[in-house]
Order: sequence, then C-alpha cells, then structure tokens
Amino acid sequence: MTTDTTSYSGHKLPPGSPNPPAEPDPVAGESLGQDAWRRLKQNKAAMVSLILLVLISAVCVAGPYLLPWGLAEVDWNAFSVAPTLENGHFLGTDANGRDLLTRTLYGGRVSLSVALVATFVSLVIGVLYGAISGYVGGRVDNLMMRFVDIMYSLPFMFLVILLMVVFGRNIFLIYAAIGAVEWLDMARIVRGQTLALKQREFIEAAHALGVRDRKIVTRHLIPNAIGPVIIYVTLTVPKVILLESFLSFLGLGVQEPLTSWGVLISAGTDMMQSAPWLLLVPSLFLAVTLFCLNFLGDGLRDALDPKTR
Amino acid sequence: MADNLLEIDNLSVDFQLPNGTVSAVKDVSFSIQPGETLALVGESGSGKSVSSTAAMRLLPELARTSGAIRFKGEDLLSATPKRMRRIRGNAISMIFQEPMTSLNPLQRIGRQIAEVLEKHLGLNGRQARPKVIELLEQVGIPEPSRRIDSYPYELSGGQRQRVMIAMALACEPELLIADEPTTALDVTVQAQILALLKDLQARYGMAILFITHDLGIVRHFADRVCVMRHGELVESGTTGEVFGNPRHAYTRMLIDADPHGRKAPVDTTMPMLLEAKDLRVRFALKKRLFRASEYFEAVRGIDLSIRRGQTVGIVGESGSGKSTLGRALLRLLKSRGEIRFDGSDIAALDTGSMRPLRSRMQVVFQDPFGSLSPRMTVGEVISEGLRVHHPEFNRRQREAQVIEALEEVALDPAMRNRYPHEFSGGQRQRIAIARALVLKPEFLLLDEPTSALDRSVQVTVIDLLRNLQQKHDLTYLFISHDLSVVRALADTVLVMKEGQVVEQGTTEEIFAQPRERYTQELMRAAFVDDAA
Repeated sequence: MTTDTTSYSGHKLPPGSPNPPAEPDPVAGESLGQDAWRRLKQNKAAMVSLILLVLISAVCVAGPYLLPWGLAEVDWNAFSVAPTLENGHFLGTDANGRDLLTRTLYGGRVSLSVALVATFVSLVIGVLYGAISGYVGGRVDNLMMRFVDIMYSLPFMFLVILLMVVFGRNIFLIYAAIGAVEWLDMARIVRGQTLALKQREFIEAAHALGVRDRKIVTRHLIPNAIGPVIIYVTLTVPKVILLESFLSFLGLGVQEPLTSWGVLISAGTDMMQSAPWLLLVPSLFLAVTLFCLNFLGDGLRDALDPKTR
Repeated sequence: MADNLLEIDNLSVDFQLPNGTVSAVKDVSFSIQPGETLALVGESGSGKSVSSTAAMRLLPELARTSGAIRFKGEDLLSATPKRMRRIRGNAISMIFQEPMTSLNPLQRIGRQIAEVLEKHLGLNGRQARPKVIELLEQVGIPEPSRRIDSYPYELSGGQRQRVMIAMALACEPELLIADEPTTALDVTVQAQILALLKDLQARYGMAILFITHDLGIVRHFADRVCVMRHGELVESGTTGEVFGNPRHAYTRMLIDADPHGRKAPVDTTMPMLLEAKDLRVRFALKKRLFRASEYFEAVRGIDLSIRRGQTVGIVGESGSGKSTLGRALLRLLKSRGEIRFDGSDIAALDTGSMRPLRSRMQVVFQDPFGSLSPRMTVGEVISEGLRVHHPEFNRRQREAQVIEALEEVALDPAMRNRYPHEFSGGQRQRIAIARALVLKPEFLLLDEPTSALDRSVQVTVIDLLRNLQQKHDLTYLFISHDLSVVRALADTVLVMKEGQVVEQGTTEEIFAQPRERYTQELMRAAFVDDAA
C-alpha cells in the first residue's frame, strides 16, 4: 500500500527530506521530559509567556509586602483617585480609598491559587477517571459514566450551598466545589481519547508483551491523550477564575475585604464611566495571564509531541 | 503531437515546507493518447500521485509547479479556477484509493452521483434519477433502482468503489485518472473492478491514467507503462517492452521483487508447539444492559496444529476471521475451545498465569504506523517487554539487550533514542520485530507483517524473517492475504473463509492443485500463476 497521498500533507515528509536545523545529536539519550523542555525553550511565545506568568505570580506573592498600603487600609485623603505617581497610589484607589494595586495583587493570589488548585484537582481526577473508565470499558465504563451524568445533573449552586452549610464559609470550599465540577468534562474528554487509542495496535502489542493494565494506562494511554488534555486545561483555567468571581458576586466566594480579580472586575464594571481604571487594571492582569496560559498551553502541547521536533 | 489527449511536459512540483523545500516531482514528461491505458508505477514517495493530482490542479497551496500540462492542447496550469471546475469531473475525472472514505457517509449514493450530473449537465434532480440508475447498472450494482437510495455504509468496499466509478463516468470523461483504485480491496473484488474498468473503457473509449504500485495489475491492464522513482521518470515504454526487456535497474528490481524461494521442510517428528481444537470466537452485536442478545461468530470451530520450526500460513480475504483466529490463539481475545501451547492447555489460564508464557509467544502486527506508541523512543518500545519479564535487569543490561535486538533486525542501534515517526514503514516493521525478538520467543504470530510495505521493502522483511527463523529455530503463524508471500514462507497453508477453514494442505499442494473453487478463484484473481 502506498501513502503518497498523505506524504505531502505537512507533518510526514517523504524520505530524504531535510531535518529541522535545530536538531541536536539524535544519538544522545534524552527522556521525553528533557526533550520536551528543550523544544519548549525554542518556542519564543511560550517562553515569554512562561516568564510573564512567573513574574505575575511572584509579584502577587511578594508585592503586598513591599507596598505601603494594606488590603483594607483606607486612605482618607484619596477616594477614587486616578493612577498617579504623586501620592503613592500608582494605579489609583477605589471609591473607599483603598489602593488598587495592593488589592489587585491580593486578588491575584486568590484567583491564581483557585485556578491552580481547581485545575490540578480536575486534571488528576478527570484524567485518571476517564482513562480507567475508557480502558476497562463494558459495565464498569457504563457505571462510571452514569455517575458522571448524575454529577452533571446536580445544580452547581446547590452543591456549593450544601458544602457551605456543612463546612461553613471557607475559601478552600471554593477550591473543592470548583474542582468537583470541572473534572467531569475532563473525564469525558479523556475517556473519548482512550476509547479511540484502545483500538490501536500498540496497545494490543503491550497486552501481548504481558504489560500490566496499570502500566498500559499510565505509560501508553495517558501520554498519548495529552494533546487534547492540555488544550482543555488552558480552557479550564479562565473558566475557573470566572466561576470563582461569580460565586464571590453571589456572596458565596471570597468575602470583603478579601478580594479576587473576578470580584475587582465586577466592582469595576459598576464604576466604568466615573473611574475606568478600576475595571482596566484587574482586567489587564487577568487578560495577560490568560493569554500567557494559552500560548504556554500550545507550546507545551507541541513540545510534548515528538512529531513536531 | 496534436493527437495527444493529455501531455505532461517537464513537470516539476516542489513543496515548500517550514523546514525546507522537498521536490516531489522532477522534470517528468509523458503523454496519453485517446482511449489508451497508461500505468504510472512506483513505490510510495515516488511522486506518481502528485503528478496526477497536479494535472487536476488539486495540489495543496504550498506546492510550486513548473512545466506544462496540456489537455487537448489547452494549458491547464494557467487555466482559471472556473475553467478548471468545468474540466474536473467532466472531461477528466478521478477515482481514489479509499472507497470507505471518499463518499459522504450522510448522503444517499444516488444524491452524490446526481450532484455531478446537476453540476456539469445542468439536469435537475428528477431528470438525473433515471440517468443515475442507468449508471449504477452499468457499473454492476445489483438492483440499482433500490440501491440508489442506499447510504454508503450499506454497501461493501467493492460496491463503494463501483459507486465512485459511476460518479466518475457520469459525464462520460475523456480521461479517467485512477489512483490506486483497487489497493484497498480484496483480490477477488479487485479482479472484478479491473474487468469493469476495461469493459467501460471499451464502451466509452476513454483514456485511463492508472496509478499503482502493483506490477501484477499493470501487466494485465495497461498498454503503456511509466516507472517513477524519487520523483523522476526512470523508464517508459509499452507494457510488453518494459516487462520483457526492462532497461533500468530499478524497473528490473521492481519486476523481480516478488518474494522468491521456498521454505525448507521441517522434520515431521518435531513436537507440536501450538495446537487448537474447535476454536470459536464470537463478538456481541447488540448489547443490552446486562448481556448481549445477538452474536456474530467470527471463528467457527477451527482445528490447527503447528510443529516446532514450522511456518503455517493462513490465507483469506478481509472478514474471513484470520486475524481474529491469531489473536485468539495468543489469548488476546476471549475464545472457546482448546488451545495447547508446548503441551499444556492455556485456554483457561488467567491473566497472571498467562504472563510468563507471553515472553514465549510474541506477535508482529500489520500496521507499522499504529503498532508503535508515538510517544516512546524506539529503545523504550523494545525494552518494555524486558521490564515485564526480566525485572531483575538493570538499565545497562536492558540497553545491551535492546542493542542486540536492533542489530538482529539490521537497524543501527544508535537510533534507539529516536521516536517511531522518524522511521520509514519498513524500518518500523523491523522495530516491531525487534520488540518481539528481545524476549527470545519460540512462537511468533505474524499478522500481515508485510502488507503495508512497498514490494521492494517487503522482500527484505521476508528475508529477515526467514533468516531469524533459521537462526533462532522460531515457529511462525503467518497471516496474509498475499498469496505470493505465503508461498515463499509457509510449510502448510490454511485457506479461510467466513470463519472456517475451506482448504488446507502443504504449500506445494495448495498452490499446485487447489481443490476448492474458492481457493482457485483466489489464485486466479491474485495473478499468482504467471507472476512468479
């Protein structure tokens, strides 16, 4: 059988085609991790994004200690002041005279940690659950996926309120609630991937080698499903940040004086005409973060795919 | 030469890829007269499909074409897109390799054929219908007035290819470009489709540009032959000339590429290694909540025995159950009946008790692209079995074994840190063989290991398998639809059809005097008698 028709489609080159110039010594041993990191370093957009993300996180963590203003500290001399260099409120103040830069950095801590924890929880549970369900198949798959359906049908707000009633108001509850919902989509995506991969001959070859099921899932299935998973993670992060602000808006999330980017943005929208900086500053932080995550996600997906090297 | 239908003059095609330019076709010239059949022959990557796609101006954006393509004197390379749309499907039409994917699965076939008529002849739906039925009848679809409302999934592969041909013929083209039209089909179906094309050619007087890698077909089908290699035209001439007196070494190699030699017979006193009695495999068709209600029996009571050192060939067309049988023997599928390996019954062993045996019975699959995990290096792929069966090995010992296995299959061990996609089909198949060999198995299931490879690569893989068998005293079960390969490798042959053994015997017997009609039909369709 010939494959001429696919050989010029882009990724698969005819024999004798030039190799990418940046290729290192092909003989040297390299694990997939090292290899991926090397390829990620070649991707400028991804590296700039990574540096920016680290920078934003560092500023959010360290910044509040360096700034003279506290989170809830009211400057009685400056209500709704526009960004200025004169009085130390570099990005202005809100209607209550609180420093916007300080509040944005504090908000960043909450938003970024929610995003990080909830996404990580959804990633771990979702990938494992989906891979197991798809791999085992049959009745187990049926039962596992029906459980997912039941979880889907529970109203999200109901779940959050239930958690509040049982455990009291706590920021970790937000993490838990969001994580508990977000993994459902991930599980479905990974299960779909697994069902397709399961038919491939390399899985059958692994069976013929006597490889244990656990190893087949972790060594063969999950690494090969990673592309869509990373794409979905980059979509989950913004979703989680917005979900948190929605909860906070309803009074179920973080409470004053603590804040988050989502809360700041929704507060800023109310004052859009009189004090636009209240909307612009936190939005800018959020937008830059999300952009960086997207570029980094694309870069990671490419770097983890040996075909692109 | 005004009487040429299609004239290709110094055609070159380059693909501009991010990491450099790849020239797919270099300075190729040929022409087709009205009503003749020209075969464009070559292995994968030879540029034969690219040349014909260029003639239809269907190449992707990043292709740069130079030279001239003239259809009845009109230069197609400079024709406007509108003019090209009028020519395509009307004066020149095309059929492709994959009948399974070249039809729209959500549209009735009648609709898809009528679309061509509506587009080029300006008929409306009602006027087109009788014409469509007539076309379906001409391409030999039974009950055309009922089939016209079928969806593609209701048709077999051969029937779908007939529908594609009907579509291509709808406007009575002067030139039909057939790009590997029979490659995805079973041999008996292939023979029918070729006969149909010949018949239609005589009726319509159209020229056929036939693109294929299969010289057996060319010899029976084409008037003239052009042989391509690495984008260049190496030889052309009438079929008689090229086959009778090939001038270029590459052509000689292609013609010669049928696997030669026979297997030396095995001492009949050797002990049985693998035996099966009344083996049955069934698949659930309809699944209810708790248990399946309908079954399809893919393997229906097969008896089989293989002596140590023997090669048993299993021959059959797609759907005959030959691959299912192989998988069931290795306990990769659930089955009923008895399987004895080296004297002990393994049919009832659980996964854990089966595991130690796995290193003694290994498998090589058909698809060299699907059988290696794309995210593992070749070294990781090969050493995986060692991790399971020799957990006591440290990294260096595993490495040494991997190197030995790679040398065994004639690959450079330095390549072990590369990923599978960097290798060609033949090399990947060698990697798959190395993965099996590293465990030092006694029995190897070879499930169409050469079917996806070019003929010239096939021969080298067959030689490798033969040498390995001698060196390590291996026992093979060789599954294939390719009779010439089976003949070169097997001691005894089983012919399967619909899950049952139709005929079995020694290779000599089966090929010299096939008793059953089905076997005879297979032989005739595969052009086995005169190809060797």
